[in-house]
Amino acid sequence: MAEQNGFEPLIIGFTCNWCSYRAADLAGTSRQKYPPNVRLVRLMCSGRLDPTFVLKAFEGGADAVMVTGCHPGECHYLEQNMKTLRRFSLMRRTLAQFGIEPERLKLVWASAAEGVRLAREIGNFVEEVRALGPLDWPSVIRTNGDGAHKAPPIIDVAPAEAGEEVPA
Amino acid sequence: MSENGKEQGAPVTAGNGKHKLAMYWAASCGGCEISVLNIGKHILDVDSAFDIVFLPCVADFKYDDVRGYDDGYIDVCLFNGAIRNSENEEMAHLLRQKSKVLVAFGSCAYEGCIPALSNLTSREATLRAVYLDNPSTENPEGVLPQESTAMPEGELHIPAFYETVRSLDQVVDVDYTIPGCPPEPHQIWAVLEVVVDALSNGTELPPAGSILGAGTVALCEECTRTKDVKKIERFYRPHELAPDPDICLMEQGLLCMGPATRAGCGALCPSVGMGCRGCYGPLDGVEDQGMRMLAAIASVLDVGDAHTEEHELERQINEVMATIPDPAGTFYRFSMAHSILRRAKVEG
Repeated sequence: MAEQNGFEPLIIGFTCNWCSYRAADLAGTSRQKYPPNVRLVRLMCSGRLDPTFVLKAFEGGADAVMVTGCHPGECHYLEQNMKTLRRFSLMRRTLAQFGIEPERLKLVWASAAEGVRLAREIGNFVEEVRALGPLDWPSVIRTNGDGAHKAPPIIDVAPAEAGEEVPA
Repeated sequence: MSENGKEQGAPVTAGNGKHKLAMYWAASCGGCEISVLNIGKHILDVDSAFDIVFLPCVADFKYDDVRGYDDGYIDVCLFNGAIRNSENEEMAHLLRQKSKVLVAFGSCAYEGCIPALSNLTSREATLRAVYLDNPSTENPEGVLPQESTAMPEGELHIPAFYETVRSLDQVVDVDYTIPGCPPEPHQIWAVLEVVVDALSNGTELPPAGSILGAGTVALCEECTRTKDVKKIERFYRPHELAPDPDICLMEQGLLCMGPATRAGCGALCPSVGMGCRGCYGPLDGVEDQGMRMLAAIASVLDVGDAHTEEHELERQINEVMATIPDPAGTFYRFSMAHSILRRAKVEG
């Protein structure tokens, strides 16, 4: 796939300071490889993730967003990662209404000891996004939003069959 | 538009020293005009301070009248309605050129409002819904409006219908914004009073770009319902629950946009048991009203025990979130055009 179209997904990854960032760190120190497509941003907690950040990432041209944090029950701030999980659930449904495949938003729990697992999840996600293809939100706005205000031709609609009743 | 018999550029308001007021509707419902009339006896003060030089809702002005005005002839133009078609856009540019102060008046001009909900679908689907699929529409030949139609008398043109609804400030520079669907009459008068004072007595106008006639904090601050820390377990739709008159609606499981919405209306809807719809737009410091609301919902919801197995936990939470049937349409009911994503990606 990648060889065919040369598409390299751009993924913004959010990590929490206490678990998943350290997992990424551990992946590095233990020489685990993961693709460079994901750009990690460290937050103090996944609960710090304002859903606005996710939209900002898409608006800026990201193909996908990965949110990572401590496993439920292991949050450094008691249960802020539960809020992350709730937001994630609702965001996926909201994104779908905007025509963004929910799969472009992924949530991964990784403890500080799970460097190998995090690296594997990143690798898998890059391939999943590669299969989805580019999102390219800037072009969605360019072609349909600010630019191109010359309206396309009116759609051509076949007349309804004669006798087809329209409910009154 | 047709001729009105007047000479182009004739001074409609010659020499009486009054300021010139215009009000225009683009993609809107007319509610903003009604709201201006609702300022009560102050309408007489408006009349004594201003000459109306363009107000299609109530007076027979033609577009050509406006074209005939000198640039900057209009002192204040209250522009309501979103930019949905080429006529709206043309008028936005024209009124910008002719007005000293251009005000985005009401939610449509400010952030797209209800018309911009169609940004969740395509132009084609919108036309189809309105002209073909609507059960109460009788259109067996499938006639759709055409931008130009040849008639024996000549070619007729109607405005081009755009793919995406935009707010006024996405098309032209806007000096002030008055939010609301519609703006509350007391707020309208408060703004007009400041403007009249500035025009008549030379007092300072508010800084350009200000949002006028509204608060800066969340609607919850002016809502009188009792807020507790009670957490909710699911959401109810308005018809499923008769809310307690004194307790915060969110805490009863009714979606209320209060936490993400600018104060200014006096919390009218929550005061009668209906959750805030969000028409005053996002409060200060919030860029995306919908995402702020989504974040707030996650905080009031108390579902899922952290020690539950992870997949089961996700299932429980998904189940509760499914009690919100239309998240995008609910969270962005008024602010779609101004949201970060601005529209949906539509295949095809």
